[in-house]
Amino acid sequence: MCLGIPGKILDCFESRGLRMAKVGFGGIVREACLQCIPEACVGDYVLVHVGFAIARMDEQEASRTYRLLEEMGQLNELKPSDNENGA
Amino acid sequence: MKYVDEYRSGALARNIVREIRQVQTRPWVIMEVCGGQTHSIVKHGIDELLPEGIELVHGPGCPVCVTSLEMIDKAHAIARRPEVIFTSFGDMLRVPGSEADLLTLKSQGADVRVVYSPLDALKIARANPEKKVVFFAIGFETTAPANATAVWQAKREGVKNFSMLVSHVLVPPAIAAILQAPQNRVQGFLGPGHVCAVRGFGEYEAISSRFRVPIAITGFEPLDILEGTLMVVRQLESGRAKVENQYVRAVRREGNRMAQELMSEVFEICDRKWRGVGAIPKSGYRLRSEFRDHDAGRLFEVEEIDTQEPAACISGQILKGVKKPHDCPAFGTSCTPQHPLGATMVSAEGACAAYYLYGRHLRKEETGHVT
Ligand code: SF4
Repeated sequence: MCLGIPGKILDCFESRGLRMAKVGFGGIVREACLQCIPEACVGDYVLVHVGFAIARMDEQEASRTYRLLEEMGQLNELKPSDNENGA
Repeated sequence: MKYVDEYRSGALARNIVREIRQVQTRPWVIMEVCGGQTHSIVKHGIDELLPEGIELVHGPGCPVCVTSLEMIDKAHAIARRPEVIFTSFGDMLRVPGSEADLLTLKSQGADVRVVYSPLDALKIARANPEKKVVFFAIGFETTAPANATAVWQAKREGVKNFSMLVSHVLVPPAIAAILQAPQNRVQGFLGPGHVCAVRGFGEYEAISSRFRVPIAITGFEPLDILEGTLMVVRQLESGRAKVENQYVRAVRREGNRMAQELMSEVFEICDRKWRGVGAIPKSGYRLRSEFRDHDAGRLFEVEEIDTQEPAACISGQILKGVKKPHDCPAFGTSCTPQHPLGATMVSAEGACAAYYLYGRHLRKEETGHVT
């Protein structure tokens, strides 16, 4: 229910006074309300939940977290093996 | 999006599991609060991947599951009225009330429509001025800004035939209730990432220091959940208790300020009854009096209906993390997603449905127990 799906803003427009956007999720394009992310613009990634953008997704943070996780793995490789059974 | 697939990498997952194993010296019980996380955990078998002694218990974080039976019955009473178009998120359709579910009412002629967004319900109201359009506003803090916007916009535009039956619930009071319960086993929490994207995590810092419990605000991908678990285990092992943010790519400490302003303009905090759990003080939102013309609970004066949960259903204890779906004698036998006895079997994010969906009832028959 609290699922938020990250999508890319393709177009911004106004409808009845509400800030709206066309957001692409992979191949699918849907409308989302941008009322609470006023700074978001075309090309940004937003987290969309029930047709409403609730947060901007930080791509830099996404890659940084990922790199940290990756480094953690690499550091592990340097440690003596604990006979990982590949759980 | 880039970095979605990466957060599902199996090799990295094994590395984090190994790291947890290296840090861990004794058993710990950790609760994931959010139903989306429960779903992801069961789907990817994360609980079975974790080292022995790290137990993930499933929290009350499925709004469909915790919407009280009284509220469901109220919704049904409204949906039955001939002048009403009743709109709802799809997962509410099969939640059993005392007598029926919305799908059954629909087959009996009620105008029940599934919407993807509350703004779609508002569109239906504009297009059907002769009808009364009611939206069943359930959800946690994640959903509240969208629901608030729909009713705020209806008032601004003067869409008089649009109203909401509000049954919003809030996460922090539920966590506090779980920690205060005498039978509590939970020692650390994976905090709800999307709720915190909206609310921020100040409230969780207060809980963490009050109850001396570690919390990692966590995302929904397998690697997020594993990393959140590692953060909590590290804290538990070193005797620390604070809030850490695993889900940095979406969550900031202050959350979404504009969304918070909108929510507090439209909603006010109230006591709320949770299905299976009971009343929790100050754990819900209701519409402020300025929006009373859009308050379906007021407009349709539905009386309190005397309700009874099926005696066999132990979902209350499952929602509090005391029991698992396997512990329920009805699980997978008299209770299935096709014939749910309790709400936790209805929504895909309910623990019982997630266990059923990913075949754990089959293994239950083979082995008796899987945890
Ligand atoms: S399996 Fe069905 S009856 Fe048992 S706790 Fe879950 S929802 Fe309730």
